[in-house]
Amino acid sequence: MSRVLVAMSGGVDSAVTAALLKQEGHEVTGVTLKLWGGPQDQGCCSVSDVDDARRVAQQLDVAHFVFNYGDEFDEHVVRPYVVAHASGLTPNPCIECNRHIKFDALLDRARRLGFDALATGHHARIVQTGGGLRIARGVDETKDQSYVLYMISQDDLEMLKFPVGEMTKMQVRELAGRLGLRSATKPDSQDVCFITASQGRARFLSDRLELHPAEIVDTEGKTLGSVDAVELVTIGQRKGLDLGGNAERTYAVNVDVPSRRVVVGGAQDLLSQTVRLTDHTWVGQPYVGLIDAQISAHGQPAAAQLNSDGSLRWAETRKKVAPGQAVVFYLNDAVVGGATAR
Amino acid sequence: MESTNLDQLAYLDCAASTPVRPVVLDSMMPYLTNQFGNPSGAHRLARSSRRAIDDAREVCADLLGFDPHGIVFTSGGTESDNLAIHGVCGSSGIAACPATEHHAVLYPVESHRGRIIKVTPEGDVDLEHLEAVLDDEVSLLSVMLVNNESGRMIDLEPIAEVRDRQAPRALLHTDAVQAVNWMDIAKAAARADLMSLSGHKFGAPKGVGVLATRPHVELNAQLLGGGQEAERRSGTHNTAGIVALGCALQALDESRIDEIHRLGLLCNRLAEGLVAAIPGCHTTIPKSRRAAGLLQLLIEDVESEALLVLLERFDLMASAAASCASGAMDPSHVLAAMGVHRTAAAGSLRLSLGWCSQEWEIDHALEVVPRCVEQVRGST
Repeated sequence: MSRVLVAMSGGVDSAVTAALLKQEGHEVTGVTLKLWGGPQDQGCCSVSDVDDARRVAQQLDVAHFVFNYGDEFDEHVVRPYVVAHASGLTPNPCIECNRHIKFDALLDRARRLGFDALATGHHARIVQTGGGLRIARGVDETKDQSYVLYMISQDDLEMLKFPVGEMTKMQVRELAGRLGLRSATKPDSQDVCFITASQGRARFLSDRLELHPAEIVDTEGKTLGSVDAVELVTIGQRKGLDLGGNAERTYAVNVDVPSRRVVVGGAQDLLSQTVRLTDHTWVGQPYVGLIDAQISAHGQPAAAQLNSDGSLRWAETRKKVAPGQAVVFYLNDAVVGGATAR
Repeated sequence: MESTNLDQLAYLDCAASTPVRPVVLDSMMPYLTNQFGNPSGAHRLARSSRRAIDDAREVCADLLGFDPHGIVFTSGGTESDNLAIHGVCGSSGIAACPATEHHAVLYPVESHRGRIIKVTPEGDVDLEHLEAVLDDEVSLLSVMLVNNESGRMIDLEPIAEVRDRQAPRALLHTDAVQAVNWMDIAKAAARADLMSLSGHKFGAPKGVGVLATRPHVELNAQLLGGGQEAERRSGTHNTAGIVALGCALQALDESRIDEIHRLGLLCNRLAEGLVAAIPGCHTTIPKSRRAAGLLQLLIEDVESEALLVLLERFDLMASAAASCASGAMDPSHVLAAMGVHRTAAAGSLRLSLGWCSQEWEIDHALEVVPRCVEQVRGST
């Protein structure tokens, strides 16, 4: 038996995580993170989510605490999210939350409080490979979350548990139902937890950032129209560019915030073979060679070559990666590292 | 169930709540069983309940130094504070209070075009600012006698003098929810026009409180209905709770002087021991100005929400600043008002004693708090 801290969001995955570890005989303590104090209609730290997590902890008869990481979340997740948009980047706040809050501040606190392990409800597995411990894809491919966990070091993996990574989502819900857990039928959380569905990203950013109109030009430089906020345009975006009949076949292929310009083109203009990368992190040793790379949380991986200069070359041309997006490298479905597109 | 056997738990969170005294539990039992009549009724069972309430009202009036007609029974401290502030200010009045008041005062005051008064670094009301803030427009000034987080005792006399000078028509309300354990309340609140109490802070159960008012106070009822409590607070009386509150107040009054002495010695030993044993630990309020059994510490390089988890593992129940709706610790508005930086305020620890506190609990705290602080500080 060991002492395990379980991060409980109020959702079904972390509820089942706590239940499984308790069943295995561990001394389980639940913790819910209070990350965001602003308006919220879904996500992982509203008062009703904390209620759900607490109720599950009561049902399992385990202690439950709420930790307030609001200041850290604001500093490491929300403000960088706004700054990234201001610079024309496409941020991934879930990754930054994992990097700075769950698998840094919380993990550090778990160690200092004498816990032997920290568990979360992520759909991913921790496997032993020739290169040491690695994050591998969860059993349920449609729910796999290994992409958002790429930054976890091998030292930290030794302390972590992701028990539902061995299960399909359906099995998780079935078990939660059998155990009578309150969150058994609760819908999965979607999107960014601090942005409300009712007000959206544009409203969130416009409260924190001056948005600027921009002209839309084609690849020859000819003006085609305008957008209200260049900061809200992402490479590959098709909707919202207001180009009349052309919109179906036209994509943003370049976003230049300082000169307030969005370049649009056809699907072929969006293709690229090389991705320039920055801020690499490695699970173990840095890697050069053939890998599979994934560029979004639930995107399909594709074969690529990792070069010694840190860039990535696709085996076949692919849609451009928006600067700011994370690119995660896999070997045999296990994460070897990741980086941010430039 | 997680173990909650009080014999094995060092409970130093009496400012949050206290256990019901055995004598109090005995006093209320008849009104939870045979004597269940609605006190507003006309028959014998109703009359016995009514009498119990009127007895409790006289006990309260006597011990609090108010007239029995001015005693309004409520559901607790928050309702009493809200009734005082909304009830006096109505739709047009202006309210004022220091920045360190409990949210049950602060938020209602803010809703009446509130004027917020600065405090000194030691938690006392800034009298110069009070002087500047009060004028004829103010209907109500609310100042607590003992702060629930810091334990700071506040002398109402100089505050009442400023009120007399600057805003003679303003009523003075005091939240005495913590103070009742630590001072002769009739004397300390002699200048107050209204006073709030909460039963569970002194050995009565949760869900019952008092708003004591002077005869000249006109109160607009906030709960309308059957007209109970002389039309000031409708709702069927909580007979057992009211009886319990009267009994607990009596028990407190009989033991207060001895208990202030006993608990004061224990709390001083705790304060001195912890400050000596923990580097970077100090009290927020000087000994002469803090309530005998309420101790607030600031511990450097510690986040109290982590410390509390560890203290609980060693069977010590304590608390930090106020909790928000989710149960997370919010940065303390009291410490912020006293000029404590947000980072330092994150290391606050409140240890509070009450009628149930025993010497072994202090010994236990002196042993485990330094050890837990060291562990929480430990780098990894």
